Amino acid sequence: MSDITHPAGFRPATTEHPLTRWLLVGFAVLAMGLLVFAPLVAVFAEALRDGVTAALASLGNPDAQAAIRLTLAIAAIAVPLNAAFGIAAAWFITKFDFRGKAVLITLIDLPFSVSPVVAGLCIVLMFGANSALGGWLVAQGYPVVFALPGIVLATMFVTFPFVARELIPVMVEQGRAEEEAALTLGASGWRTFWTVTLPNIRWALLYGVLLCNARAMGEFGAVAVVSGKIRGQTATMPITIEMLYNEYLSVAAFSLAAVLSVLALVTLLFKTVLELRHADQLAATHRH
Amino acid sequence: MGRPLIHRSPMPGLGLSMGITLTMLCLVVLLPIGALLTKGATFGFANMWDVVNRERVWAALFLSFRLSLFAAGFNLVLGVVLAWVLVRYRFPGRRLLDAAVDLPFALPTAVAGIALTALYAPNGAFGSLAATIGWQIAYTQWGIFLALVFVGLPFVTRTVQPVVEEIEREVEEASATLGASRGHTIRRVILPMLAPAAMTGFALSLARAVGEYGSVIFIAGNIPLITEIAPLLIVIRLEEFDYDAAAAIGIAMLLVSFAMLLLINLIQVWSRRRIGHV
Repeated sequence: MSDITHPAGFRPATTEHPLTRWLLVGFAVLAMGLLVFAPLVAVFAEALRDGVTAALASLGNPDAQAAIRLTLAIAAIAVPLNAAFGIAAAWFITKFDFRGKAVLITLIDLPFSVSPVVAGLCIVLMFGANSALGGWLVAQGYPVVFALPGIVLATMFVTFPFVARELIPVMVEQGRAEEEAALTLGASGWRTFWTVTLPNIRWALLYGVLLCNARAMGEFGAVAVVSGKIRGQTATMPITIEMLYNEYLSVAAFSLAAVLSVLALVTLLFKTVLELRHADQLAATHRH
Repeated sequence: MGRPLIHRSPMPGLGLSMGITLTMLCLVVLLPIGALLTKGATFGFANMWDVVNRERVWAALFLSFRLSLFAAGFNLVLGVVLAWVLVRYRFPGRRLLDAAVDLPFALPTAVAGIALTALYAPNGAFGSLAATIGWQIAYTQWGIFLALVFVGLPFVTRTVQPVVEEIEREVEEASATLGASRGHTIRRVILPMLAPAAMTGFALSLARAVGEYGSVIFIAGNIPLITEIAPLLIVIRLEEFDYDAAAAIGIAMLLVSFAMLLLINLIQVWSRRRIGHV
C-alpha cells in the first residue's frame, strides 16, 4: 500500500468528511458536557461552596448520619435478596424447559416499565394501614408502610430485574453441559452450583449486583411514596436530600448528594473495569 | 397440547429455584400490582373515569407523554451519534466519554434533579446565560425536557453501540464501489442496519421518561396544568390520603406502561424479522 501515493485531500471511501467527523464529535461532547459532566461538577461545587469544613459538618448532622445508616441498611437487605432471586430465577429459566417461560421473563422485567411512583403506590395499597393486610400487620405491631419493611419492598420492586437480567443471557450461552458433566461424575446439586455454575457466572453476578446496589441506594420515587419522610427514621439519603433542598439548606443537600455521586462514580469505575477485563463473561457487552 | 408443563430434566434444584422465583415474584411485584388493580375494581370504572377525566389529570398525562416523546426523540439522535462516534472515531477523552454515558443509570435521580436545577435555574451557571437571551429553562417545560433527556440518555447509545461494532466495512466499501456517496451510504446502508436497535432504545427511553419522577420534580416548578407531571399527581393524591384517586391515576399510568411494553416487544419482533432477512 505504501507505494501508492494518495493525491492531496484523499480520504478512504468508508470514512466521513473530516468536517462531518468534527461536527459529530463536537455535538456528542457538547451534549454530554452540558447534560452529564456539568451536573456532576455542579454537585461538588455546590457542596463545597462554603468550604470543606461546612460540607463535612453537614454530613456529621445526626439526621444525615441516620439517613446514611438507613440507606446502607436498605441496600444490605434488598440487594442480597434480589441477588438470591436473580440466581434462582436464572437457574429455573435456563436449566429447565417449561411452558410460559416467555411470560415469566416478561413478568420479571415488568418493574422496569412501571413508574417508581406507581410501584410505591402499589406497596401502599397492599400494606397501608387502611388495607386489610396492612391494618392487621399494624395491629400486630409490624407496620410496613412508613417503616423500614415498606422502603425495602419498594426498593426491591424497582431493582427486581437487575441481577436476573444480567445472569439469564450468560447462563443461556453457557448451556448445561458443564453442570451435566459434574452431575454425571457424582457431584451433588449444591456442589455443582458452587464449583461449576457460580465460577462461570461470578462476573456477571457482580455486574448485576453493582447496578442493583447503585439503584437501591439512589431510589427516590418509590421510596418517597412509602417512606412517610420521618426525619431520622424513615428518610433515606435521597429523601433527606429532597427535604434539605426544599428547606434551602443547599450545602447540606449537595453534600449528601456528593456522597451519592461518589458512590455512582465508584460504581461506574468498577463497571468499566469489569467490562474491560471480563467482557466475554458479561451479558451487557454482547446484548442488543 | 401433549407438551408437559415442565419437561423432565436431570438438573437438580427445580423445586427450590421455582419456589424462590415464583414466591418472590408474587410477593414483591405481582401481589402489590394486584392490590392496585383490586383497589381500582372496588372503586369502580365509572368513578375512576370520573377522577381521570379532569382537566388537570389530562394535562398531566398529556404533558408527561408529550415531553417524554420529545426527550426520547432527542435521545434517539444523540444516542445514534454517540454510538457512532464512540465506535468509529478516535479522539482524546473517548474512553471517558464512553464511561460517562452510563452515569445517568448510576447517579440517583434526586441528585441529578437538584444538580440540573442548580445549573439551569435563572441564577445558575447555564440558566443565567440562557436568561440573557430571554430563555428560561428551569421551572418551565424545557426543564422537564432536560431532565427526561438526562435519564433516558444511555438507552439508545447502549443498544446501538454493539450493532455499530458489528457492521462490516466490506458492506460500506461495496456501497462506495457501486458509486454511492458517503452520505448516500449512511442513509441507505448504515442507518437501516441501526434502525431496529435504535427503535428499541427509543422505546426504552420513552418508557423510562413517562414514569420518571425524581429528577423532574426539582426542575419542573410543578405548576398545575403547565409543568405538573402525572407521577407527581399520584403523590399529591396520596398526601391527601385520597387512595381511590391515586389508584385511578396509577392504573391509567400502568396502562400507558403496558402499551409501551407491548410496543417494545413488537419492535423486537420486527427487528428480529428484519435481521432474519439480511
